[in-house]
Amino acid sequence: MTEFDAATAAVQAALDAGARYADARVMHRRYESMSARNGDIEELTQDESIGLGVRALVGSSWGFHAVPELSEAAAREAGRRAAATATASARVPGPAVDLVPVEATVASWASGCEVDPLGVPLSDKGDLLVRATETMRAHGADLAEGLYQIWDTAKWFVSSEGHRIDQRIRECGGGISATSIGDGETQRRSWPSYRGQYGTTGWELVDSLDLAGHAARIAEESRELLTAPECPAGETDLILGGEQLALQIHESVGHAIELDRILGWEAAFAGTSWLDLTRLGSLRYGSDLMNITIDPTIPGALGSFGFDDEGSPAVRRDAVRAGRWVGVLAGRDSAAVAGLGYGGSVRADGWARLPMVRMTNVGLEPGPHTLDEIIDATDDGVLMDVNRSWSIDDKRLNFQFGCEIGWEVKKGRRGRMLRNPTYTGIGPVFWRSMDMLSSEIVPWGTPNCGKGQPGQVGHTGHPAAPARFRDVRVGVRA
Amino acid sequence: MSAERDLAGRVVELVRRIAGPQAQAEVVVTRSDLALARFANSFIHQNVAESGTTVRLRLHTDGRTAAGSGSLVDTDGLTALVERTRTAARLAPPDPAWPGLTPPAPVPADGIFDEATAYASPDERAARVRAFVDAAGGLEAAGYCRTAYRSGAFANSAGQSAVGRTAEAAMDGIARTGGSDGVARLCADRLADIDGAALGARAAAKARAAADPVELPPGRYEVVLEPAAVADLLQNLAWYGFNGKRYAERQSFAEPGAAQFDPAVTLVDDPLHASGLPYDLEGTPRRALPLVEAGTTRGVAQDRRSGAEAGTGSTGHGMLGGSTFGPIPRNLRLLPADGGTGVAAGAVTGGVSGAVADPDTAALVAGMTRGLLVTDFWYTRVLDPKRLVITGLTRNGVWLVEDGVPTRAVRDFRFTESYPRALGPGGVLGLGRTPVRQPDRVDGAWWEAPPLRLASWNFTGGASG
Repeated sequence: MTEFDAATAAVQAALDAGARYADARVMHRRYESMSARNGDIEELTQDESIGLGVRALVGSSWGFHAVPELSEAAAREAGRRAAATATASARVPGPAVDLVPVEATVASWASGCEVDPLGVPLSDKGDLLVRATETMRAHGADLAEGLYQIWDTAKWFVSSEGHRIDQRIRECGGGISATSIGDGETQRRSWPSYRGQYGTTGWELVDSLDLAGHAARIAEESRELLTAPECPAGETDLILGGEQLALQIHESVGHAIELDRILGWEAAFAGTSWLDLTRLGSLRYGSDLMNITIDPTIPGALGSFGFDDEGSPAVRRDAVRAGRWVGVLAGRDSAAVAGLGYGGSVRADGWARLPMVRMTNVGLEPGPHTLDEIIDATDDGVLMDVNRSWSIDDKRLNFQFGCEIGWEVKKGRRGRMLRNPTYTGIGPVFWRSMDMLSSEIVPWGTPNCGKGQPGQVGHTGHPAAPARFRDVRVGVRA
Repeated sequence: MSAERDLAGRVVELVRRIAGPQAQAEVVVTRSDLALARFANSFIHQNVAESGTTVRLRLHTDGRTAAGSGSLVDTDGLTALVERTRTAARLAPPDPAWPGLTPPAPVPADGIFDEATAYASPDERAARVRAFVDAAGGLEAAGYCRTAYRSGAFANSAGQSAVGRTAEAAMDGIARTGGSDGVARLCADRLADIDGAALGARAAAKARAAADPVELPPGRYEVVLEPAAVADLLQNLAWYGFNGKRYAERQSFAEPGAAQFDPAVTLVDDPLHASGLPYDLEGTPRRALPLVEAGTTRGVAQDRRSGAEAGTGSTGHGMLGGSTFGPIPRNLRLLPADGGTGVAAGAVTGGVSGAVADPDTAALVAGMTRGLLVTDFWYTRVLDPKRLVITGLTRNGVWLVEDGVPTRAVRDFRFTESYPRALGPGGVLGLGRTPVRQPDRVDGAWWEAPPLRLASWNFTGGASG
């Protein structure tokens, strides 16, 4: 029995049990990670998982069931149980459910990959981490850590509307971090970000990061931070590096434009959104420099795919155009509720999880400046980079971020290093204050986006570049 | 359990055959049936269930270590798991810190286990959602009801073996009115102890009392934290403080033997206090671990690796991801005042009168001249791990208390606070008598505490900036 056969059997069983729509995903995922600490390998893990998840719509109610077997009997039982669960959902029914139309597609898609990351010898990958962590130790880090992760996922999708899509998505990435421990505090520096940079690419991404080449510098910076002056408290002009701005986009734009949050479907856990659908197309989200796209078609970015987990093809859309909110991340059912014509942003993090609205690649289009030009143009401000902590309220408005490192900017020059830099603000006020944006875009990958109950971990991409924000409150501390 | 025991034994035998008798193997087999009915806008919009068995193998051979897992449990699947893990171990760099396998040791027999919870139907979960929604009295309701069943076995090539099974139920929901939310959540060993109507009524009463909030200036306030908020304190103390790896790395505030907390604080990690597997991922028997006794820090959690490094041995806290994150106590109890009332942990007491939803909280609020009653914390993140300075927000209801009475609802705050400092000597002004068990995001972990009155909490911003 092929994977498509198993998915088809599950869908048919759900229909036989009363579903008016059903879809099924078979997923086979191989995962490998290795971590090193202070010159030793700390953990090497290789996991492999295969199974089937089927979703059934009975009346206006959904049910989902997942099993780790692909026999016809197991697939049919999963379909039947998904329909039974949907029937139980009808004890607390909601409004009628529609699905925005998606052309029934038969297709295959694969992400780009020059060097198969699972094919690179473990000894080579281990040597890279050992060497980098040894270098960080030798340059003063009390704690030197390195990590890589690889996911190789094959999926087969079948729907009762006639979809039959297979995809293979290979993702990998890694990073290093150095921690120095002083009296009563610790300071950390990472490259290229904490727990690394990731993409839908092969091992060539990790090679391009040159982890070993940055090890000495970040170790020395982590030690230097222990005696650096504290980031001053007050309001000032804030320049963010691209890595930090990527997380700012993720938290204060990406999650805010998720249609399930806007509709209240995540109210009890992840939260809602400050955005009101009646203002879609008219709301001023940010300054004219703010152009944010939802684009799962970017080659190599972590949120890229050929089709989402409802069979919708990858399509680039605007989320914010010239500062105005114009688009959302949606699925077929949430789009229908909102009266919109598109889904395309629904994914599940494995065969055992329900597909739900997730970010794809949500990021900025390039601006007209460079980081050097932004610093040149800043008379008095703070430059911060590489995220250390993040916190935002359940409406995605009030945020506070901490970065690993900061620098004074005075009269157009980068000055003293600053420790414990933090900044806080309100999303739309902050974005409206963006007056300079660099063209130096990097598609940052975030492999740890948590959402849903049971919890799911999403992989998202965020094209971002350095930018300047005016009159931001910085230096918040206990 | 016998099926899982057989599987674990088969994998140990496969390792012996494929990798040779010198290979050290550790096998964990877990069968899971997890189900969760999720509701929002007062209807069930997501309703899921999954069944499956995971086999996890850690293998140490020729001074090198690798781990792997698989979901295929037929002969081919198990053989493939053993072969790829052996191959990985051969190619892996040396592991000089390998702590060895858990030696044979008795493991507690099955503790609390409720068959009805383990095999609960979608209808039973939906019925509790129905009751919650109905009790919300027309307010919008959102949340979940979940049940989890795990049956597992452990075996290693040193002769240690163990079996166990666990069932858990939880419900977590909010009621919403005019932009104000109220929450009720509970974790229990039996689904029968989850009363959807009681929880829905509590959430609705809190939501109504939270309407029309005013904004207060940031600053230091005396607070009463309800069990949902205290659970966040326990979780962050556990992850970043009582974590043997972080302690060894000097990233933890913990100083065993030092009076770091108020004398009212006694913390114990107590996995067998509720339904749970009686062994950890490395086969070490799980047991109660005192972390703080009457304000004095007593210890931190260890797995085999961190325990060997510290010279203390494992405390039974081997867990998935432990090499990276460290051993984390995940069944923490803040013991109530005077040993508590004897009420079963998790019982939500009656009284759904508004902001103060139970007598225990009422007693603490009554003693406060001016301060804040805080229901819940949200999105808490570490700013400084060593001092455990955390930033986060309040959620699901805050009230100004004047002369022992909640006088008005308050808009959410952002705070930036050192948790050990807030709980430090002189910091605890009162502790409730009735602990409530709060569910974690994943089954098997929970946080149990009564409400808590603290002398000072540092609010650093209003929700509007």
